[in-house]
Amino acid sequence: MILKKVWLFYYEGFRDMSPRGKKLWFIIFIKLFVMFAILKIFFFPNILKENFHSDKERIEHIEKQLIITPKKD
Amino acid sequence: MEHIDWGLVNWSRAQFALTALYHWIFVPLTLGLSFMLAIMETIYYKTGDEKWLKIEKFWLKLFGINFAIGVATGIILEFEFGTNWSNYSWFVGDIFGAPLAIEGIMAFFMESTFIAIMFFGWNKVSKKAHLISTWLVAIGSNLSALWILVANGWMQNPVGMKFNPDTMRNEMENFWDVLFNPVAINKFIHTITSAYTFSALFVIGVSAWLILKNKDKLYAKYSMIIASVFGFLAIIATIITGDGSAKQVAKYQPMKLAAMEGLYKGSRGAPLIAVGTPTIRNGSLIKSIEDDLAGRNQEKVKIEGFEIPYGLSILAFNDPNAFVPGIKDLVEGNPKEGIRSYKERIKSGKIAIEALANYKKAKKEGKESEAKKYLEIFRAHFDDFGYGYFDKLGVEELIPPVTITFMSFHTMVLLGTWFLIFFYLVYRAVQKDNIEKKKWLLKLGVWGIFFGWLAQELGWITAEAGRMPWVIQDLMPTMVAVSHLHKENVMLTFALFFIVFTALLIAEIKIMITTIKNGFSN
Repeated sequence: MILKKVWLFYYEGFRDMSPRGKKLWFIIFIKLFVMFAILKIFFFPNILKENFHSDKERIEHIEKQLIITPKKD
Repeated sequence: MEHIDWGLVNWSRAQFALTALYHWIFVPLTLGLSFMLAIMETIYYKTGDEKWLKIEKFWLKLFGINFAIGVATGIILEFEFGTNWSNYSWFVGDIFGAPLAIEGIMAFFMESTFIAIMFFGWNKVSKKAHLISTWLVAIGSNLSALWILVANGWMQNPVGMKFNPDTMRNEMENFWDVLFNPVAINKFIHTITSAYTFSALFVIGVSAWLILKNKDKLYAKYSMIIASVFGFLAIIATIITGDGSAKQVAKYQPMKLAAMEGLYKGSRGAPLIAVGTPTIRNGSLIKSIEDDLAGRNQEKVKIEGFEIPYGLSILAFNDPNAFVPGIKDLVEGNPKEGIRSYKERIKSGKIAIEALANYKKAKKEGKESEAKKYLEIFRAHFDDFGYGYFDKLGVEELIPPVTITFMSFHTMVLLGTWFLIFFYLVYRAVQKDNIEKKKWLLKLGVWGIFFGWLAQELGWITAEAGRMPWVIQDLMPTMVAVSHLHKENVMLTFALFFIVFTALLIAEIKIMITTIKNGFSN
């Protein structure tokens, strides 16, 4: 019953929205799509999660990165 | 990571800066407008005057547009942590993750529930329930900012954690130390009150434009009254916390303060430069500093400008005779004033890095007593850990971009001072009912939206550029924090992000202008 009320609250809210409000939601939808379905998947992988299979490998990788002092090129 | 790809480091920094600057276009308006909406709706609730409902609904529309376009822009920053800053992400461990997770959950539940009531609930919930929802949105969005600034405050002053060399990450030892980190608390109040200031300038600017266009003047004036009082109180709080911030910077990030003030050589009773330019006669300031440090400088490095005697010593330490270290004191050390040189800290940091390497080696070989010995050495030098990375690079890499930091800080302070006067002038003019005659003030009001936004961004640049090269103060520089990617990939995502978010910004501004043109009556 409560779930139905909540559903109707949102449903009627979106249904009765002004055309400008609907346009805004369309922009939001495009933005979220670009962010999660394009940018995140194709351009922003989680390097440590994807390139290494276990925390042990990740620790070893970070170790290599942190215990060498960089030189000037 | 023996050789640094500076192109990669700088593009990664540029990308993060661009994302944060874009994100921060939307956030301050959400933070401040939500409270002004709550105040306007409270007046409506108390008086039952329909005029206030009309005013509330107009600003609610603008709040909604801004919120909708700005929502989730911050998530890109979190993507970047995993992709561009993976070493950093691992190193900070749960200290950064915990506040961000709390923020995510809080933002989702508070905002998705109560914002829906704000927009959809006018005829569906009682007036009281609607008012409570509006206040909860204001409180919720500001609490979201708290968690982000707790994470940022920790980067400026890392406390409440212990580095675990076995996992190569920092582990939280005391949540309350992280939460009540003095830098985080002051930063939170300074940031949100400056956001309120910008929001007040936005309300005044839009109202001024409507008055100039001879539209809905009464509603615009009522809005101005709320915004000028709100803005006046906000800018006072911003100035007070700005003073607190300067004292914390002096204590925890003295190089940042030296860059903010362009203070090359420290002194007791140090003056404050009220207005000045960070250039000298022949060439750039930073070049002169580098030359001077290398003993090549022919003329004294000095920032020229109008000085307030003893101002900086008072600002930094509440004492007119306090010693404020300059860039030279920090780099070369000043034993008389108890300041260790960067060379000394680099040496100590190098010992920490070597001890860590030896500890890991001894552990792998099962030499426990040796590992214990190296761990003790590592812990004794951990405070200088990040300096060790500059062993082969030279101390000049430890100096932040002085010109950018100086100019950002001084322009921000000048704008903040102007806002204080401006809010007073607007309040007096509306109260005397002669604002319509003061076209110059109305025009300045419209420009105030831009200047408010500019001051916000300059504040962020001062805080972030001034702490360079550190991503975590004294522990991790940007060049170590960055992931090993191809520079071209970062350039590509920079361009993509720039195009997508500029398009969104244009869309927002267009929708907002249309809504403003329609005014209160529509």
